[in-house]
Amino acid sequence: MGSWLARHLHALVSSTGNLARAPLATALTVAVMALALALPQSLLTLVRNTTSATGNLSGTITLTAYLKPEVGEQKADQLARSTRARSGVARVELITATQAMTEFRRNSGLGAALDVLPENPLPHVLIVTPVPSASDRASVENLRTALAAWPEIELVQLDSDWINRITAILSVLHAVLWMITALLAAAVIAVVGNTVRLEIQARRTEIEVTKLVGGTNAFVRRPFLYTGLLYGLMAGALAWLIVAAAILSLRSAVRELAQAYGSQFVLAGPGLHELGWLAAAGALLGWLGAWLAASGHLARIDRNN
Amino acid sequence: MISFDRVVKRYPNGREALAGVTLEIAAGEMVVLTGRSGAGKSTLLKLIALLERPTRGRAIVNGVNLSDLPAKRIPAFRRGVGMVFQDHKLLPNNDVFDNVALPLVVTDTSLREIDKRVRAALDQVGLLGKERQLPEELSVGEQQRVGIARAIVGRPPLLIADEPTGNLDPELAVEMMTLFRRLNSVGVTVLLATHDLHLVRESGLREVVLEGGTVHDHTVGALPTIKGVR
Repeated sequence: MGSWLARHLHALVSSTGNLARAPLATALTVAVMALALALPQSLLTLVRNTTSATGNLSGTITLTAYLKPEVGEQKADQLARSTRARSGVARVELITATQAMTEFRRNSGLGAALDVLPENPLPHVLIVTPVPSASDRASVENLRTALAAWPEIELVQLDSDWINRITAILSVLHAVLWMITALLAAAVIAVVGNTVRLEIQARRTEIEVTKLVGGTNAFVRRPFLYTGLLYGLMAGALAWLIVAAAILSLRSAVRELAQAYGSQFVLAGPGLHELGWLAAAGALLGWLGAWLAASGHLARIDRNN
Repeated sequence: MISFDRVVKRYPNGREALAGVTLEIAAGEMVVLTGRSGAGKSTLLKLIALLERPTRGRAIVNGVNLSDLPAKRIPAFRRGVGMVFQDHKLLPNNDVFDNVALPLVVTDTSLREIDKRVRAALDQVGLLGKERQLPEELSVGEQQRVGIARAIVGRPPLLIADEPTGNLDPELAVEMMTLFRRLNSVGVTVLLATHDLHLVRESGLREVVLEGGTVHDHTVGALPTIKGVR
């Protein structure tokens, strides 16, 4: 066990030394891999932030219930109280027909024209805001159906179409994210594979001699696997830094934009656990690329023998 | 130790390098393989080291049938055959110690044991004290001795050498033969391939001549006495 561990440590140190001896080549390979890993991570961060942003905005989902013209103000007030008493409702605002007409008169500039109307044609309106936990599509739809069933209510309008569109776009982005991740993972494997292939070419004699003296394929492969692993770990860490730096540079601009829409939304960067995930994913892909390249080469040597 | 029975080796291009070789080499023997260039010497050694597989015939080395040995068992088989090459095949970036240690490093031998055995092998070839030198800092004869130390460090029962004196001047060639005979005297079976007929005739060793892919086996006289050997 001690010797086995010593062999692995030796391979790890030897691989680290090889990478350190060619700093420029190592940096370029790591940079290419890091960019490939940073792209899906950026997209994932974008999707998460957009999901979070639309989640915050779901507090602005409202239902507008238009009462029938014959419903009086006292009854409207009673309906507003009944609606407030329902579970899942955060706030109910009653806009009476008189208030509505006053506001309309003020904002429309049709004051004189409105004077010729024999009576106020506007109905009383209830503006219903659900609690955030009941702002999902199904809950809001349930509330809409319940209100629409009241005989005093003429029409209930749901102001959430734009959120539904964003949710649909996010679903598409999720699918695109997975496709891009798969493609770029393949690119990372190809980059490591090609780098390791070049290293194998450079160390061809060493490999052949090692096999001549009884080295197994696993032994020959080992330093290359560590090389791939190290490339992946470094690329994962660098990818995390790239995404974190990008988020940091965008944060204040996005905050200002959110505030303009009355939201307290703050752009969230990748967390420390994502550093772990990126490093692990990079290491796994690096290892896989190295394994494919080294195994392919060894298979060719074995075939020639 | 080595038992070949009508062994044929034909390459994919159709060239027949060995055309039914029958050969017996007992454990503890020292045999010289001669023949013109292209006679099949290197092919025979490659078969013994399992760098090639026989096309036909029965080839047994160290008790292993070479035709049906699974690929995954080849590395273990090769550890039982020490190989010395004309071009030494030393790793230029590794020092003498690391070059000699390689056959032990590929196994799970402890670092302490590696240190002990590498020094013992270097002592046998007279290179103790040069552990930290790079191959390029050594003479051709010393490089060849490093190659021999690497071949014997794993204590294989069989040592094969392909033109081990090919790049050496006559004096060094005799020195190298003395070294092989010393190794043979401690029980290692040695098979040398060479085209240096003068050296063979002087050595009085059993000579196996390969000609047109077949063997003409004959022994040249009695072994001369070499100081400290036989």
